[in-house]
Formats: sequence, C-alpha cells, structure tokens
Amino acid sequence: MYAKDYHDLGTPAAAGEQVTLEIDGATVTVPAGTSIMRAAALADRDVPKLCATDTLKHFGSCRVCLVEIEGRKGFPASCTTEVAAGMKVHTQSESLTKMRRGVLELYVSEHPIGSCPDSSRCELETLAGEHGITASRYAGPKTARHVHTHKPVDASNPYFRFDNDLCIVCSRCVRACEETQGTYALTIEGRGLESRVSASQDETFLDSECVSCGACVEACPTGALMEKSVITAGLPQQAVATTCAYCGVGCALVAEVTDGVVSRMVPNRNGRANQGHACVKGRFAYGYATHQDRVTKPMIRKSITEEWREVSWDEAIQYAASEFKRIQAKHGRDSIGGITSSRCTNEETFLVQKLVRAAFGTNNVDTCARVCHSPTGYGLKHTLGESAGTQEFVSVKEADVMMVIGASPTEAHPVFASQMKRRLREGARLIVIDPRAIALVKTPHVEADYHLRLRPGTNVAIINALAHVVVTEGLTRDDYVSERCERDSYEKWKKFVADPVNSPEAMESITGVKAELIRGAARLYAKGPNSAIYYGLGVTEHSQGTTMVMGIANLAMATGNLGREGVGVSPLRGQNNVQGSCDMGSFPHEFSGYRHVSDDATRALFESMWKVHLVSEPGLRIPNMFEAALDGSFRGLYIQGEDIAQSDPNTAHVTAALSAMECIVIQDIFHNETSKFAHVFLPGSSFLEKDGTFTNAERRISRVRKIIEPLGGLADWEVTMQLSNALGYRMDYRHPSEIMDEIARLTPTFTGVTYDKIDQLGSIQWPCNDQAPDGTPTMHVGQFVRGKGKFYVTAYVPTSERTSSKFPLLLTTGRVLTQYNVGAQTRRTQNLAWHSEDRLEMHPHDAEARGIEHSDWVGVTSRAGDTVLRVEITEKVAPGVVYTTFHFPESGANLITTENSDWATNCPEYKVTAVQVTKVAQPASWQRRRQAAVPAAPRRRVPREESPVGS
Amino acid sequence: MANDIANFFDAESGQAAAAESVRNHISRYWEPRMRRAIIAHVDNGGAGLAPTAMAAVRKLVAPAA
Repeated sequence: MYAKDYHDLGTPAAAGEQVTLEIDGATVTVPAGTSIMRAAALADRDVPKLCATDTLKHFGSCRVCLVEIEGRKGFPASCTTEVAAGMKVHTQSESLTKMRRGVLELYVSEHPIGSCPDSSRCELETLAGEHGITASRYAGPKTARHVHTHKPVDASNPYFRFDNDLCIVCSRCVRACEETQGTYALTIEGRGLESRVSASQDETFLDSECVSCGACVEACPTGALMEKSVITAGLPQQAVATTCAYCGVGCALVAEVTDGVVSRMVPNRNGRANQGHACVKGRFAYGYATHQDRVTKPMIRKSITEEWREVSWDEAIQYAASEFKRIQAKHGRDSIGGITSSRCTNEETFLVQKLVRAAFGTNNVDTCARVCHSPTGYGLKHTLGESAGTQEFVSVKEADVMMVIGASPTEAHPVFASQMKRRLREGARLIVIDPRAIALVKTPHVEADYHLRLRPGTNVAIINALAHVVVTEGLTRDDYVSERCERDSYEKWKKFVADPVNSPEAMESITGVKAELIRGAARLYAKGPNSAIYYGLGVTEHSQGTTMVMGIANLAMATGNLGREGVGVSPLRGQNNVQGSCDMGSFPHEFSGYRHVSDDATRALFESMWKVHLVSEPGLRIPNMFEAALDGSFRGLYIQGEDIAQSDPNTAHVTAALSAMECIVIQDIFHNETSKFAHVFLPGSSFLEKDGTFTNAERRISRVRKIIEPLGGLADWEVTMQLSNALGYRMDYRHPSEIMDEIARLTPTFTGVTYDKIDQLGSIQWPCNDQAPDGTPTMHVGQFVRGKGKFYVTAYVPTSERTSSKFPLLLTTGRVLTQYNVGAQTRRTQNLAWHSEDRLEMHPHDAEARGIEHSDWVGVTSRAGDTVLRVEITEKVAPGVVYTTFHFPESGANLITTENSDWATNCPEYKVTAVQVTKVAQPASWQRRRQAAVPAAPRRRVPREESPVGS
Repeated sequence: MANDIANFFDAESGQAAAAESVRNHISRYWEPRMRRAIIAHVDNGGAGLAPTAMAAVRKLVAPAA
C-alpha cells in the first residue's frame, strides 16, 4: 500500500487542453484525457476503487468505480472513461451504492473482513466498512479463495511476503511489475475462481525474475503483498521526506517511522528524479544504518599494530589535531590532506574541503570521483563548458534513440533503467556499446537494435568509427554546428575523423565489432531525430577515459543532440552525492563551482569570506597522495566516508602507502579495509542521521532529513567543525542550512539555492541563480556554457595494458543490483540473499579450454597481483573477456587491477586488466584466514512452506 | 603519464603547439612536488620522455620548494 497520507488519484495524469465538466454539481477543470476518476479525486469527490491506482494505466476490472453520466446509458467505469466538456457526472446515487455493495460483497466472500494483518491498511476492508459490508452471503467452502488457489504464504523474499489467500486478483501487482518496473516477473495464472498471482514460472518470489523493487507491494490494495517490517512494526506515526543514499539516481523517498524506528521506506510520489519508484536498495536496504557493527565511540591508537582505545570526542579530536600539527611542523604544510565522501552531504563535503584549504593550508583534497567520473568533469568542461550531465532523467521520455555506453543501468541505476525501458517499449531505439551483454540488450519487450560488443580498451576507436560514418555520410547537423560551435575546432575534428584510419572497416580488427554494425548504429544515432547518450564507468575508467568523454561530446555536437529535451550527454554518476562532492570543490585544483585555484578573482572571494590565505597551486590527487606517502613527503590523511583500501586499484600499493603514513583519521560508520591502517576513528552518520542535501546525476539538489539522532552523538559536519576549531581555524555553524548559505554566496551556480527554496520546489537543479531562479533542468539551451562548443581531436591510443601469452584474457569490472559499491551498506542488509559473494564471469569456451566448470574456484592473476574467486560460466561475456564485481573485500578484486590511469585525471583503468585464470582447489590463504575470522553469510533460502504470519 | 598527456595533445594540437598545451596541463593539474620531480628528471636527461613531453617540461617554471 502507498505512503501514509498519500491521496491516490486513481489513474495517471494526462496532458491536454483544459476541459470543464461537472461532478456532483461542482465545476471541475482538468486536462483532456483525464479519467473521470482522477477528475473526481482532484475535486475531493473520490470514487471508490480497487483495481485502479494513479501510477498505472486504467484497467477497469474491479467494477467498483462505476458512476452515472447524464445523457449516457448504463454505469460506466470512471477509471476507463475520459472527461468531456460539459459532462455531468454523479458519483453517488442509490443505484451506484447498491451496485458497489454487491461487488464488494462478492470480493468479501473470498477475502473475509478481518483477514488482513492490519485491516486499516486494506483498501478492500476499508471500502467494505464504508459501505456497511461486514460479511458476505456468498462466502462458503465453495467460494472461499483459499479452497481454489491456496498456496502457503511465500515469505521467500527477505523484505516482503505474498499471501495468496488475501489476494483479490486486481492485477495491480502484475501491472506495476510491467508498467513501473518493466521486469514482467508476475502474471495471473488460471481463470475464474482459479485465478492467482504467479511469480515467473510459478516460482517463489526469491527464485523468480522478481528484482524486489517493491512496486507490487506498494500497489497492492490488500495485505496480500506486504512488507514484513510493516507487519511487525504497525502503523507509522510520522513520515519524513528524504533522499536515498545509494546510487546517483537520488530517489526521493519517504521514511515512515514507528516508535522512533524506520518501519518502511517508500518512494516520494513527488520525486522528480524517480517518478514515484524505487529499487531493492533504496526501498528496503536501509537496515545497515542501525546494524550492530556501527561504530559509535571515538577511538584512537598510536600505532596500527595496537588495539583501539575508546575515548571521548574531545580527546579524539584533540589527538587528531595535534598529530596533524606535529606532522606539518616536521614535514611541511603539504604533508597532510583530506578525502571527502561521496556518501556525505554537500554541506559536510564542503566543510571537509574548507578544513583542508583553510585549516590545513593546502589543496591536498580529493574525492572518490577521482576513481569514477573525473574524466566526465574534465571532458565535458572542456567541450561544453560545464562538468556535469546535460539533462534531467525525464528527458528520456522524448528520446527516439538511446545510446548506452559502458553502463548497465538495470544494475547500477535501476530506477532510471525502468524509465528507459518504458520509453523503449513505446518504440524508442537502443544502441548498446559494451563488452558484456548487459541486461538491457534483451529484456522483456526491449531489445537493442545494435549491441556493439567491443573489446575492452577500444572505446575511443569505436567512437571515432561512429563519428567517421556520421561525417563521411553527410549526417552532421552543419546548421547546428555553425550556430553553436567553434568553426576551427570542428573543421579540424572533421578532417581527423574522416581519415580512413578511423573508418569502421579499419577499426574492426581493433574493436572486434563488425563494420556494418558500427555503420548501422551511427546512422541510427545520427538520424534520431532525438538521440541521447547515457554512459557510465565503462567510459571513464580507462587510460583514455577523458578522450572518450570528449569523443562522446563531439558526436553529440556534430549531430545536434544537445540543448533540448530528449537528447544530451548524461553521465550516470554512481553514488548518491558524487556529483555534489565535485560541485563542492573536493578537488585539488578547483574550488566549488569548478573554478581553478589559480584564478585570482575566485581565490580572493574565498579568502575574503574565509579570512585566510589560500594556496594557488593544485594539490595532490588520491593516487599522488599514495606516491607521496611512499616517498615520505605525505604523512597524514583525514578520510571521511571512503574505503580506499578496498575501492582503489592495486591494493598492495594502496596499503603500502597507508602503512607509510603517520596519522590517518577515519570518519565512518563501520570499520573497513582502510580503518585497519587508521590511528583515529571518528564515528560517522548514516543518511538517516543527516540533515543536508545530496546532488544526483541530474544536478538535482535534494534534501536529506534527519530521522534519528547521530548514533555517535555528533553529526558529520559537527565533527569536521570541531576538528577545524582544534586546529585553530574557527568554524561556527549552527545548522547545515548555514553552510549551504555560504556555498550559495561563494558559488555562482548555487547563488539561488536555499533550504526554503528546495522545500518550496521539492528539489533544484543547478545552475540556480538570477539567470535561472528555479534551476536548470536542461543545460546548454541556446548556447553552450563555454559559449561555443569545442571539438577535440580524439586519436585512439591503445592502452599499455596488453594481453600476452601469460595474461591472455581481459578483466573488466562492474556492479550488481542488490549490492552497492564496496558493500559497506548492502553487505549488512538482507540483500545478501541475492548476492553473497563476487564471482568471475567467464565464457564457456575460455572455461572449457582451462578445464573449469561452473562454481569452481579459480585463480585470477595479473601483473599486479592475484586472487581467487568462484567462477560463473556465462555467455554474457565474450570469449577473451572475464568480468567481476567488487562488493566484498574477501574477493580482492583490486588486488589485480593496475595503476594504469586516464591521462588527464588519473582515473584508474579498472576496466582493462590483462589476466590469466586457472582452476584452483580453494581460496587463497589470506581469504581462508579472513573467512575463518568473519564467516560469509550463506545465500539465504527460505523454504517455500512457511507458516503464515500469526501462526 | 607525461607521455600520455603528450600523446593526446600531439594529435589534438599538432606537435608544434602540443608542448605548450602539455605544459599548461601539467601546470594546472600537477602538484608542485610532482612538477619539481619531472623537471629534475629532465635535468638529468629525461630518459623515457617523449619529445613533446620533454619540450613541455623544459618550458615549466620550477615551483618554489
């Protein structure tokens, strides 16, 4: 069922000319195409309903929502009947009441009053009560639902249960799975009294194709599908609007709170990013916030070989400050630095970079965007003028062609993937450029027109080949380019890309993609008319990551696909606030708003407000910090919410660098791989304990609201503030809104942002300033931020990471739906039921050649190191390519990734590692030791036969 | 890394202008100790550096220690 206090209007909104009609004597004006049901609800004359809900198209099956229309015969269903000008509708009459009572009595015959665990949440029992139905004359052994279709309660899904005996076969769940989520996991099996909801091929929900998005649970009008947490917690007393802390979609959520505990998380229907939908992580996997592993007491130790000692906040802060001062006095101002978190709020991140710049006196500050989308920042800034994506998510509704490069949205951005799938089902075309057959290539009612299955490391070759077709076949939009782009750079780029060395035919042997496929894809993209590019870390995490981003921008400009709805270049940012942490100046070379530290005017503005001298030279990036630590010139680090020992490449190199430092201060919610090397542990806060804002991949700034007090006693921003004060640089904020006010004063793209405005508008997409007081959904309308768009020549340079006889396979990495990033959050939830270990995907040919069978242990060795994983034999990867995820520290995925990185930004080349795979007998000794210390959770299987709730 | 930067700008700017582009990139994105290190490397012969990278580093002004 829907969120507390949600007013379900019955059918989706329509968009047409205004139509005026009369409902129960009241004049109502709504867009043409609106159902009578919705129009009546908008006029507070709600028509009873069971099968209708405003997230789904009308269905017309329950026959409860009948109305009378003057001049028309019969009693039409209000959900399927559209308004008409001058129509006169009656929603109440003696006849209507009699019919509704009759229908409800039939429903009650199969779903007796009092069946649901909580009748107040059951729409059927509530409606029956309103119509005076307490029992049914038709109830009996021959009509009772459980006689015809009884199945034991399916409690296989860790988060919700399905009780078929409570189901009224309204099909809302089936339709939600189709229309909202696009998975098509549910169907109605049987006919008449035998009808029942079935998951996949009559499997349990856990075993079926269900992705546990919860849309069906939310849509269910009875207790048939219900969250287990609601059953145990009961009715919420409070509902708090907040924002998800998982991926870069940044879903707007509503936390329902019972007795001070979050009992349910539901999508906020007003959420512009997620359009009222959520995924298994955002909706269900919030339990980590109160997991027993939470660190809630500050701790210090002089050496990483010592045990931790719990101390007071004051002692921990003073110790950290004194160590940083000592190190700087001995080794120089630039011997320490900080890393901001892409999980923390804009306000918290802004304070960390301010601490580093103003209190430490250095620009040695960086963020995890270094290892993911830093090439996006560089590439789009140089070509278009701004370090961010160009569209909002709903722009996809206007796309005719989508090109998805190096991303798997169904895994990493599932709620946006649902929006993509909806548009694809409507007829939009799809090009996928990925070494792997991602789910989007073929999924129910969606199939890619082209899957360019390129060899890892050849992105630039293929984008040049696509551009070659566009240029040489006359598919460029010369009018657009003439008006909006630099002529000289365009002509230079055109000449370069038209060279036969960039032709699909010449590139075929490099990319492994047939020339005719490249030509077909290029023509499809160029002809649009609206073509949109979405890309992920499969673009950026390469030695030519920035070059590829520029190549994408070149292609979009050349074909006129920027500056309006339905087109654009959209980087799918991975984390809930990685965009925000970049916006806040968490870079060694840029202040907030992407202004270089050497810019005198910008620096003077910050110096004036911060009352301190600021350094004009760029600082160290994260990889440079490691190098400097190993050469002895970098010795102290303040890390907020990042686990670099697990997430960064070449683990041996990272841990050697961390070991070389004298003082590492961690601020986090759990112990992790990095805290093993720390000297101070400051307890951090989860998103449930934060007040602030996150910025998603759409540049959308949304509020995060505190639901429980920080378990450690201090908010993350308060911790940073106290550390700064202990270092002698005064910070005096009373509330995060004051920090945002400061950000707005200092950052031209944020000048109009205030908490009041965010509350008023729901969210704001920057830039938000005098030129765009309500924010900017679509960038580069009319002209590019830099003025004229600039083309860059993007010559393909093969990566130095080459296969050889010793390392004949190429490893690439990615994510799965149910786990998130390094798994710190999701590994502490019941999402382990779906994915409890990282596995190596391998093609059957490669496996057979090595005598490897499904689920065997295999050693994976690269030039950097080795690890052991279980193998999964699949054709999702091509011969010669293997793939794994990195959600579990025991998998050691980054033991084998190398230090190769992007030329412009140092973004690691995670996606191309030459490896050999061999069958082994067991995990490596370090993995066995680790497993012995912390046993991995087994894959959870709840038996199909489980006692119903209450028994 | 300097060679990788040089590769990009050799193609983008042409070799004649590439050295200046590489110098500019290094100045804007490399921390002073990294710039001092590569200047010292070039002063010691610059083994392994591509011509454009070498030319770029020679244009760099050594930042104060």
